[in-house]
Amino acid sequence: MSDLQPVASRTAPPLVRAPARTSASEVRMETVEVSAMYGKFTAVKEVSLRFAANRVHALIGPSGCGKSTFLRALNRMHELSEHGWITGRVLLDGQDIYGSRVNAMQLRRRVGMVFQRPTPFPTMSIYDNVAAGLRVHGRHRRAELDTVVEQSLQQAALWDEVKERLRASAMTLSGGQQQRLCIARTVAPSPDVVLLDEPTASLDPQSTQRIEELLFELKRDYTIVIVTHNMQQAARVSDTTSFFYMGTMVESGPTRQIFTTPADEQTEAYITGRFG
Amino acid sequence: MTAITERKLARPADRSPLDHASYGDRIFRGLLTLGAVTIPLLLGFLVLELWQGARLAMGKFGLGFVTNSVWDPVAVQFGAFPLIFGTLLSSLIALAIAVPLSLGVAIFLTEFSPEGLRQPVAFLIGLLAAIPSVVYGLWGIFVLIPALRTTAFPLLREVLGFLPLFRGPIYGPSMLAAGIILAIMVMPYVMSVSREVLLAVPDTQREAALALGATRWEAVITAVVPYARSGIIGAVILGLGRALGETMAVTMLIGNRHEIAASLFAPGYTMAAAIANEFSEAVGDVHLSALAYVAFLLFVVTVLVNAGARLLIWRVARGSAAGGKAL
Repeated sequence: MSDLQPVASRTAPPLVRAPARTSASEVRMETVEVSAMYGKFTAVKEVSLRFAANRVHALIGPSGCGKSTFLRALNRMHELSEHGWITGRVLLDGQDIYGSRVNAMQLRRRVGMVFQRPTPFPTMSIYDNVAAGLRVHGRHRRAELDTVVEQSLQQAALWDEVKERLRASAMTLSGGQQQRLCIARTVAPSPDVVLLDEPTASLDPQSTQRIEELLFELKRDYTIVIVTHNMQQAARVSDTTSFFYMGTMVESGPTRQIFTTPADEQTEAYITGRFG
Repeated sequence: MTAITERKLARPADRSPLDHASYGDRIFRGLLTLGAVTIPLLLGFLVLELWQGARLAMGKFGLGFVTNSVWDPVAVQFGAFPLIFGTLLSSLIALAIAVPLSLGVAIFLTEFSPEGLRQPVAFLIGLLAAIPSVVYGLWGIFVLIPALRTTAFPLLREVLGFLPLFRGPIYGPSMLAAGIILAIMVMPYVMSVSREVLLAVPDTQREAALALGATRWEAVITAVVPYARSGIIGAVILGLGRALGETMAVTMLIGNRHEIAASLFAPGYTMAAAIANEFSEAVGDVHLSALAYVAFLLFVVTVLVNAGARLLIWRVARGSAAGGKAL
């Protein structure tokens, strides 16, 4: 992928998805001593992490530990919060996303985000919801949209359920379907990284399972960072896990290692359910 | 709950008998009920009174009153069409000007304005609603009309003169002048209701759009405004209701002529203005009755419009799903 485009350029990216990067060790995203603040309050303290391509990375920790804030620093959503600001560097393919030449809107096309509650646009149809991100970026050609919408819905494992009623309102879908619709909407502009902020927190166990299965498919095309409250979920879906506590990243490593032989006492206490 | 009940039961019987009635409560309740019943009763009387007053004209002109254009007290011929037309047209002009402006201000205040500016600006615009309409009328006569006659109208005629709407002699008092003053008067209502509605749009909707790489403006257009659309329609209809019934300022600016003209520079008339102007000098029962008929029609139109607004606002207030079903 090329550099993040500067402000002036709003040209549509090519339709063809970049070939999946399979090299396991390739670092797609990296944070260097990232701190995230709300005014004077520091929510995240100097977190340095590496996210390898085509892997699922779980961020776990008790409520208020800063994991969601950290996630929001990765696509510059944090700066939209009231008095939100960060220090440190976040590198996407080696380029600092907080650099002066980087357009946050362009960046968010490459680093998509799925929220805790399904957020379909209620006045739009299923089709229009998936196409929303493309239209925002000036891609209006019907044939192109049709292709990408179908592709994205398939990636989100929703196509078979909705292909007969793409024109129906997004609100006719169940909560789990709505969340998968949001995933389809997020992957439609073909991002490099997909951030998920407790994507199953508001869903029933069955819908949760479908989304977890989906993550295995999605990581073939994307680098995935998922914040989760649910340790079992982290253990099931992720390749690497980072444990956050009180705004600091306590421990990070391969998921199996974190859950079987954690190096830190706090991590062990948390994953064995002694607090949090 | 149980604890309280037990304590009550445990009281010695001589202190407070269980069947002791609370007279204060009963009286209070009675008073409130009286107040609540008075409102629909008043409304009922009002409609009845209008109906009775209009009966003579209704019998004489029937429904043709609505479509007939002749208004001749000497020949005892009355038709309300120019009045209805004038009422609707002046209100539409008002909306055409006020809605984009109010929406723009509301969007600015909820989405773009610096925190410190939001409350003061909203407050100032709210103040516009507190100015008596006769003051607007006076301002219209002394400031607005001279400005329109010397500058704005000739310019409009020059630029848009190819449209019949902007042709013909310029008097000053006119349909367009009335529409403009109405726009100014209606703006605070449309603005504050749309602002409330936009504030009610959950932040998750904005974030969802922003996370797709939308700019603030694109987020407003793709997510915020569509989400709020039925409420915004409610705000517009509320403004329409105000414009339809406005009397004083319109009477002072519209020119008061029973005519339908193609040009917006020509004088016109509205239902409310006609009632205000002619009621005190009406000659003969039929003339009076015709004015009551006009009042009745105005009442019907306003009730319909306001009911529509209530319904729409209620649908939005009911929850997010309403957005998907509106329209």
